[in-house]
Amino acid sequence: MVNIMERKEYQKLIEKHKPKENKLKNATIAFLIGGLVGVIGQGLVDFYQSFENISRNEAVSLMMVTLIFLSCLFTAIGFFDNWVSKAGAGLFVPITGFAHATTSSAIDYKREGFVMGIGSNIFKLSGSVILYGVIAAYIFGIVRFVFFGG
Amino acid sequence: MNIKFNNVYVENVSTVAGPFVIEGPLKDKFDKKFVDFYDGEKTFEQCEIKELESAINILLDKSHHKIEDVDFAVSADLMNQITISNYAIAKLNVPYLGLYNACASMCESILVASSIINSNYAKRAICTTSSSNMTAERQFRNPVEYGAPKPKTTTFTVTGATGIMLTSDKTDIKVTSATIGKIIDMGVTNVFDMGSVMTPSAAYVLNEHLKQTNTKPEDYDFILTGDLGIYGKELFKEYLSKEYGINLKDNYDDSATMIYDFENEDIYAGGSGPSCLPLVVYSDIIPKMKERLLKRVLLIATGALMSPTMCNQKLSIPSVSHAICLEVI
Repeated sequence: MVNIMERKEYQKLIEKHKPKENKLKNATIAFLIGGLVGVIGQGLVDFYQSFENISRNEAVSLMMVTLIFLSCLFTAIGFFDNWVSKAGAGLFVPITGFAHATTSSAIDYKREGFVMGIGSNIFKLSGSVILYGVIAAYIFGIVRFVFFGG
Repeated sequence: MNIKFNNVYVENVSTVAGPFVIEGPLKDKFDKKFVDFYDGEKTFEQCEIKELESAINILLDKSHHKIEDVDFAVSADLMNQITISNYAIAKLNVPYLGLYNACASMCESILVASSIINSNYAKRAICTTSSSNMTAERQFRNPVEYGAPKPKTTTFTVTGATGIMLTSDKTDIKVTSATIGKIIDMGVTNVFDMGSVMTPSAAYVLNEHLKQTNTKPEDYDFILTGDLGIYGKELFKEYLSKEYGINLKDNYDDSATMIYDFENEDIYAGGSGPSCLPLVVYSDIIPKMKERLLKRVLLIATGALMSPTMCNQKLSIPSVSHAICLEVI
């Protein structure tokens, strides 16, 4: 006689056969690669600051532009997705991830035209980051203004 | 529901394989290879249409038939509105049925075509399937250049197109019976684990087929499921044993685990897509049947009916599987 397995029981069976993800290894790789991106960023800031007429703030902006440009370029050339899938959060949490998500969406839709393709879809993945980034900035700005006087 | 066929035979098959598949263990057995995802076309979708057209043309050439000799075509693929099939078959000027059962489409199309041939409404039909890793990634997941870490249970959609010609004229291989599966939803919501989604429907249809044809797993030389993957295959065996008391032995395998080179390619749990099972069957199993190395084969095409819209709405993923039995006569 056939017994009908409950969903909960089936879920247990799935868990039993689920392969273990190596979390320690993944976290270590993400930590090291993320740190490396930070070191490169700091190196770029120091490099730009070595020019006499560039202030620290300007150097930081230039560093970000450089990292964004490189991520976009590497995504367009086609090997950055392999890096991100191996490095995980080490590459998609820094600004490199945002640039990668935006560029890859743009590339994916380029054949569907500038308006209906790229225009409508470029922020498909990164739209949430922009929206909630702006909202969070408003909230923290207000908190800072109210409690710390701006 | 089980259907028995009296006069449906396999006349010929064709396989066209794309990147990654052509590096796999079956690489020398395909009729045609596509080395990249564009092959001179402007988009991935247009390249997939070209692959399906090649599969159909090769099928007609191999069996020395013109398209006029074919009474109707049945085709399936993964794209919305089964776009690839529609565009590829539009050029053929042949009566056409388009089907969608995701990766269970191979058995579904053979089942539909065989039923029509068996009722003597038609003499000859072609059933085709197509899938492409790139078009599937675009539609179901993320942009293709977007890299994000994926869990090990993820399957990697097979790129390729296949065709089979069925006829009422007697040949070596007969389509003897088919079982229509049920949609089963066991509450799995993980879009990275299709093996777990499809296992219950595959087990249901296998049990139903054995029961209705009064056979045991040992009666088949080979039982092949569609695309459960490395982990799904083990889950399937245990689920089948616990739920239905059926224990599969060495005569069982899963096509997802047979199509790629696991050592040198990063392809997670194995292949998937409507072309995964037919690429293995038409390039490897059918030739073995012609040589009489295998005489009775049971194919279970497993389909996860995944819709990104419904997954975003937090609904679980239903699945359906269908079975086809092929026999050497």
